[in-house]
Amino acid sequence: MKRIISAAAALAVSTGLASTAQAQAQEGEPIKIGVLHSLSGTMAISETTLKDTVLMMVERQNAKGGLLGRPLEAVVVDPASDWPLFAEKARELLTVSEVDVIFGCWTSVSRKSVLPVLEELNGLMFYPVQYEGEESSKNVIYTGAAPNQQAIPAVDYMTEELGVEKWALLGTDYVYPRTTNNILDAYLKGKGVAEGDIFVNYTPFGHSDWSKIVADVVALGADGKKVGVVSTINGDANVGFYKELAAAGVSAEDIPVIAFSVGEEELSGLDTTNLVGHLAAWNYFQSADTPENAAFIEDWHKFIGDAKRVTNDPMEATVIGFNAWVAAVEKAGTTDVDPVLDAIVGVEVPNLTGGTATVLPNHHLTKPVLIGEIREDGQFDIVSQTEPVPGDAWTDFLPESAVLEADWQDRKCGMFNTQTDSCVQIQSNY
Amino acid sequence: MTRQPLILRNPSVLVVLALLAVFTLAVTLLSQAYGSGVVPTSTVKILGKTLCLALAALAMDLVWGYLGILSLGQMAFFALGGYMIGQWLMYARTEAIVAAAMAGNPIPPTAQELREAVANQIFGVVGSSELPLAWAFAHSLTAQLVLVVAVPGLLALAFGWLAFRSRVNGVYLSILTQAMTLALALWLFQNDSGFRGNNGLSGLQNIPGLDGVPQATLSVWFLWASAAALALCYVLAAWLVSGKFGSVIRAIRDDETRVRFLGYPVEGFKLVVFTLAAMITAVAGALYYPQAGIINPAELMPIASIYLAVWVAIGGRGRLYGAMIGAIAVSLLSSWFTGGRAPDLPLPGYTVKWVDWWQVALGLSFVLVTLFAPKGIAGIFDRLAGVLPPRRHGRDLGPGQGALQEKEAKA
Amino acid sequence: MTCRLIALLLTLLLALPAAANPALEAVVADNLDQIEKPSRRTVGPLVAEIAATGPEGLALLSAWAGRALGLAGGRLVIVDGDGATDAVTGQPVADAEPRMLRPNSGVRGVIESALVAGEIASPDRARRAAALASIARDGTAAHLAALRSAAPEADPVLAARRDRIERLLTIRFDTDPAARVAAIQLMAGDVGLDFRAALNPLLATRRLAAAEEPQANIARELRPGSDDFPREAAVALLTAEGLIQPRLTPADQRAALAAHVAQGRVGGVPVAELSDPQARDRAYEALEAAGAVPPAATESETEAALAGTRFFEVYAEADPDVTDAARAAQRGAEWRLAAMSGIDLGLDALSLASIYFLAAIGLAITFGVMRVINMAHGEFIMMGAYTGYVTQTMIADRTLSLVVALPLAFAVTFAAGVALYRLVIRHLAHRPLETLLATFGVSIALQQLAKNIFGTQARPLTAPAWLEGAITVNDVISISSIRVAILVLAVLFLGLFLFIMKRTRLGLEVRAVTQNPGMAASMGINPDRIAMMTFGLGSGIAGIAGVAIGLFAQVTSELGQQYIVQSFMTVVVGGVGNIWGTLAGAGLIGVLSKVIESFNPSNTLAAQTFMILFIVIFIQFRPRGIIPQRGRAAEA
Repeated sequence: MKRIISAAAALAVSTGLASTAQAQAQEGEPIKIGVLHSLSGTMAISETTLKDTVLMMVERQNAKGGLLGRPLEAVVVDPASDWPLFAEKARELLTVSEVDVIFGCWTSVSRKSVLPVLEELNGLMFYPVQYEGEESSKNVIYTGAAPNQQAIPAVDYMTEELGVEKWALLGTDYVYPRTTNNILDAYLKGKGVAEGDIFVNYTPFGHSDWSKIVADVVALGADGKKVGVVSTINGDANVGFYKELAAAGVSAEDIPVIAFSVGEEELSGLDTTNLVGHLAAWNYFQSADTPENAAFIEDWHKFIGDAKRVTNDPMEATVIGFNAWVAAVEKAGTTDVDPVLDAIVGVEVPNLTGGTATVLPNHHLTKPVLIGEIREDGQFDIVSQTEPVPGDAWTDFLPESAVLEADWQDRKCGMFNTQTDSCVQIQSNY
Repeated sequence: MTRQPLILRNPSVLVVLALLAVFTLAVTLLSQAYGSGVVPTSTVKILGKTLCLALAALAMDLVWGYLGILSLGQMAFFALGGYMIGQWLMYARTEAIVAAAMAGNPIPPTAQELREAVANQIFGVVGSSELPLAWAFAHSLTAQLVLVVAVPGLLALAFGWLAFRSRVNGVYLSILTQAMTLALALWLFQNDSGFRGNNGLSGLQNIPGLDGVPQATLSVWFLWASAAALALCYVLAAWLVSGKFGSVIRAIRDDETRVRFLGYPVEGFKLVVFTLAAMITAVAGALYYPQAGIINPAELMPIASIYLAVWVAIGGRGRLYGAMIGAIAVSLLSSWFTGGRAPDLPLPGYTVKWVDWWQVALGLSFVLVTLFAPKGIAGIFDRLAGVLPPRRHGRDLGPGQGALQEKEAKA
Repeated sequence: MTCRLIALLLTLLLALPAAANPALEAVVADNLDQIEKPSRRTVGPLVAEIAATGPEGLALLSAWAGRALGLAGGRLVIVDGDGATDAVTGQPVADAEPRMLRPNSGVRGVIESALVAGEIASPDRARRAAALASIARDGTAAHLAALRSAAPEADPVLAARRDRIERLLTIRFDTDPAARVAAIQLMAGDVGLDFRAALNPLLATRRLAAAEEPQANIARELRPGSDDFPREAAVALLTAEGLIQPRLTPADQRAALAAHVAQGRVGGVPVAELSDPQARDRAYEALEAAGAVPPAATESETEAALAGTRFFEVYAEADPDVTDAARAAQRGAEWRLAAMSGIDLGLDALSLASIYFLAAIGLAITFGVMRVINMAHGEFIMMGAYTGYVTQTMIADRTLSLVVALPLAFAVTFAAGVALYRLVIRHLAHRPLETLLATFGVSIALQQLAKNIFGTQARPLTAPAWLEGAITVNDVISISSIRVAILVLAVLFLGLFLFIMKRTRLGLEVRAVTQNPGMAASMGINPDRIAMMTFGLGSGIAGIAGVAIGLFAQVTSELGQQYIVQSFMTVVVGGVGNIWGTLAGAGLIGVLSKVIESFNPSNTLAAQTFMILFIVIFIQFRPRGIIPQRGRAAEA
C-alpha cells in the first residue's frame, strides 16, 4: 500500500513539469530557462518578484522573436525557502527539465546549496542579489553587487560626505552581514579608525526588540565623534529597527544610518516620515531618472497589472543578467554552457541607471554605486552616483583574500593565488 | 507464557521488510546508474531522503506512540546527526582540495599549515580562519561516526535524566523539548559556536574519496543504506515493543503513576527509549543530509519537529508502520504540491493555486485527522485486521480522567 | 524645523524686488560644477562666498539646502511649486524643466549652518533656536566668540541652552586653561551626552615607549606584564615604534625558504622534509649562517629592549590642569552614569516583560486556567495585528483608527477563539496532546491564509503621533512612548483579568469549572459555555496584544510565531493557573534577557540562546514554575 503511494508520487514527481509556455509562433524546440526562486516560505516575498521579472523578460524576448529563432520557455519551480530543496530543484531543472540556464537564488546559503550541483552538472546560473563576495564559480554569473560595489563606496561616502568617525555595524546574524562587516572592519582599520570606534552587533532574523541596541548606538556619541550606522539588517527586522530609531528621535543629521538591504520593497512596510534622510546604498533605485528605467517600470506595471508595485535593485540585476545571457547566446550561436560562458565575458549591456554593465572575467559585473536618501513617499533621492565600478570577487581588504583573484578567461580559475601564481582550486568553496 | 517468535507476533515486520526490499530493487533497476534510467537521480535522492524521514518518524513513534512523550524536539537529534557526519564530509573534502593545491607550493606544507588552510577554507565564508574546538575530530571518519550516535544520545540522556527525574511530563515536557531544540538552533545560528552559523555545512553530497563516483551511483548507494537502516531499525523497534519491555512502556504511556506504584523504574524505561529514539533519529539524519547536500540551523527549528509529530499522527501512532506511512505520504505530497506541479484547481470565481493553498489544506487535514481519525492511516489497517475498539460511549477506561480514551486502549 | 525655516526665508526673500546681483552671478558662473556636484569637504568656502553676495545669495543657499534648486539650460532656477525663478536675477522663468539638484545631507548641513549660525541674535525665536541647534551639532572656536559677544538671550529656555553650549565650547576651544577648568568644574556630575562628548576627547590617551620620561602630559606609566598592559602589547608597541625587529612569522620564514631552493634543497635540507617545522628552522639557520637571509629577532633581544624601555600613556591634551579637572569630572559622573544605565536597562527589561506578559496573558487564561494548549495563540496575535492594519487603511486618523482597532481586534479574535473552541477543542477534551496538534494545524493554516491575503511583506501599522517619540529623562534614561503605552495596556489587562476572575459571576464560574467541572455542572453551571467564554476571552486579549505588538514591531504573517514559544515559556516558568505567576514569568524572562544582553551587547542571538537555556534548566528544577499551583487543582 505504502509502496504504491510512494511509487505513484515518485512517478508524479519525475514526470510532472510546471511550465509557463509562451504561445509564440517561432519555429524549433523551445529554449528552456529555469527559474529557481522561492514562491513560498519566508523568502517568497522577495523572490516572487524576481520570478515575475524573469517571466516578463521571457515574454519580452519572445515578443521580439525569441532567441536564435527559437522561442523561450520558462520552467518555474518552488524551492520554498528551504535550502536543501534548492539543491534538489536545481538538479531537477538541469537533469529532468534540461534547462539551458537558471535564474535564481536570493540568500547566500541557497546559492551555496546550489553551487555543488551546478558545478557537478556544468549548469549556468545568474545570481541577482548583492552578496558578500569571496567566491567566483565557473558556473555562476554574479549580477548583484560585490562588497566593493556597495559596502566600501557607502562607507567612503559616510566618511567623506557625512563626516562619520565612529561606526556601528549592525547586522542580522548570517553570512552576508558577517563577511561584509569583517571586510568593513578591516577596511576601516586600514583607514586609521581605532578598534574602539567600531561597534558590531548581530541580531536574529525578524528581531523586534531594538530599544537597547538603539540606546547603545546613541551612547556611542559619548566621546564626541560623529556616529554612523551601517546596517545589514535583513528584511522584516528593519521595520522594528527604524520604528525604534524614529521613536528615539535619532535624526539622519545626528546619526545617519546607511542600509545595504533596505530597498523600495522593505520601505513599503513602514511609515517613512521619520526616516527621511537616512540612506541606502544600491546599484539601482526606482527613482533613477533615465528613459530605460521609465520604460522598464512601465513594462513592469503592465506585466504585473498593478501600478503601485515598486521596482528594486535585484530586479535590475535580473534584467541585466537576462540581457547579458541573451547577448552571449547570440554571440556564441548556441545555448551550450561552455561556449556561452566563453562568449559572455566582455559582453556589455545597458543598465537602467544610464550606463552599461560589462561582464568581467571574474563573472562579476561593472556597476555604478548609488547612494539614496529616504524620502517621505518611500522612494529614494539619489544623492551620489559613481562611474561603473568593476566587481571584485575576492576583497582586497582581508589578508587571505587580497592575494586571490578570479579569472575565467585566461587563467580558467576562480581562486587564483597571485602570490604563488597557482590556482588554489577550480571548484568553489561551499 | 510461551514466547512466539518475533515474526509471528508482528506479521507486519515481514510485510514491511518485503515491501522495502521490492521498492529498493525496483528503484535500483529503474535508476540511471544501474538500470533503465526511468527514475532520474533527483527522484532517487528524494526517495532516499524520504526513507530517512520515515526512519525518524519510526523513532518518533517509539517515543510518542509507545511511550507517550510528545517530543517536539526530535528533529534536533536528526540535525545533530547530520551535523556530525557533515563535519567529516566537509573537513575531509576540503583537506583533499587544500592538499592538492598546496602540493604545488615550492615548500611542502607543515601539518599546522595544512590545518590552518583547511580552517580558512571552511570558515572563510563566515569570516573566521580558526578551527573551533568542536572540530577536533573532524578529520576522522570513525570518530565522527561515533559522534553521530554519541552526541545526540548523550544530549537525550542528559535532557531526559533531568526532565524525567523532576517528573516533568505531558504538555510541559512537550514545551520543554521544543525549547531545547529552539535553544540548540539559536546556538547553531551563531557564528561563534563554530558551525558556520546560518550557512551551515554544505557540499555534503560530495563524498571525500569517492570523487570518481557520479552522483547517480552515489544516490542509489545512499538509497540502499537508508533502506537498510530503516529495515534494521524497524526490526529493532518491533522487537522492542513486542516483548515485556513493550508492555511496560505502553503501560507508562497509559498511566505512569500506576506503573510506578507497581514498582517499575519508570524513569529508567523512559530514559532508555528516549535515548534510543534519539540515536535512531540521529542515524536517519546522518543518512539524510549527505543526500540533501546542505544542513543549516533552520533544519532544527521547532516547526520541523512539529511536522514530524504531525506525520506520525496522520500515519497513525502506536503502529510502527503507521508512522512510516505518514512520513512518506505527507512529505512526498508536500514536495509534490509545493513543487508547482499540482494542477491548479479552478473554482468558480477563484483558481486555487496549490503553492499558496497547500499549507492551508495540510493544516486543516491535521485538524480533521485528529478529530475524526485519531488512529490515522494505520487505523484503516486495523479495521481490515478486525482490531476494533469496544464501544464504551466515551466513558473512561479507568477511574480517573488521566486515563486514555477507549479508542487508544488497544493500541 | 529647518524646512519651515527655509520656507519662511524663501517667502521672505522672494518677495524682495528682483534685482540682478553681479557678484552672485560671477560666483555661480565660476562654480557651477561644484554647485551641481558638491562635496561636504570642499563646499564650505563656496557657501561662504555665496552667502556674502547678499540676500539673493542667501535665497539661493536656502533653496539649495531645501532641494528647491534646479538646473535649466545652464542657469540655476529656484523652483517653488509650479513656478520657477532664476536664482541669480530673480526673474520668473517660464516653461523651465529644470533638473533638480540633490545635495546630500552633509552638504545641506554645511549650507544650513552657514545660514543659521549667524542668527544667534535674530529677533525670531525659532531662528535663534535653529542657530543654537546647528552650533550644538558642530560648533567651532568662532562660534564661541560669537556666542560670547551676542546680546543676552531673553527666552529662559534658550538662554539655558545657550549657556550650556557656551560652556561646552569653552571646554573645547577656550585658550585660557583656567576658563576651561572652571567650565568643567561647573558642569561636573552632568551625565549629558554632549558633556561627555566634550570631556572624552580631552582624556584620550596614546601609548608610547621611550627610554626616558617624555615631555608631555603623562596620564600614567605602564608596567609591561600588568593586566591592562600585557607583555604582547608591549612587544607590539616596541615593534610598531621600530625599537625591535619583528619576530619571524611562519609565513615570512616559508617565503624566505621558498626563495632559496637550490637543487631540491634549502640550506642543505631536502625540500621534501620541509613539512616539518623543525627542519624549516634548521634550514633557516643554515641560510642565516650563510648570510643569505637577515637574522631574525631573538627572544633575548626582545627581553633587553623591554628592560631598557619605559612605557607611558600620554594625554593628547597638553595642559595637566585641564585633564585633571576633566578626570575628576568624569569620575564624579561615573557612578551616576552607571546607576542611570542600570535604570535604563531596567526600563528596557520592564518594557520587554510587559510585551511578553501581554502576549502571554491570553495564553495564561486558555492554557493556565483551562489547560488547553492552543498553538494557534500566536496566530490570534497576528490576526489582531492585521486587524489593526486593515483598520488603519480604512480610517486615516491614526488615533481614531487605534481606538477602533483595539475593540475590533478583540471582537475578531474573540470570534475566532469561540469558533476554534466549538469546532475543534471541545471535541478533544482531556486529550492535551491531540489538542496541541490540531491547533497547530489551525496555526499553519491561518498563517498561510494571512500570507495569501496580505502577502509576506511586512505591512505598516503606525502609531498615532502622540505615541511617537520617547519619554526622555536625560541622555541616558529614555523609553519610547509606545513601550510605555504597552506597559500601561499590560497593567490594564492584569487589572481586568483580576476583576473578571475575582469580582464577576463569569469569573466565579470559571474558577468553579476549573476546580471541578462535575461539581460545577451539578450546581447549574454550563461548563461548556464557560469554557467557550474563557477561551474567547483569552483569544480576544491575544488580538489586542497583536495590535500593541504591531505598533512597535513588524506586522507579518510570522508575527505570532516569534512570540508563541516565549509565551508558552512565560506561562510555564511563572506557574500555570496563576496570573501572578505569568507576571513573574514575564518579569524573569524580560529582566534576564536584558541582563544577558548587556553582558555581550554585540551578540543579541547569544542572549536569546542563553535565556532559553536558562529556562530549560529552570523548569527541570522547578517543574511547577515560580508560583506553583497548590491543592487539588494541581493534580488535575
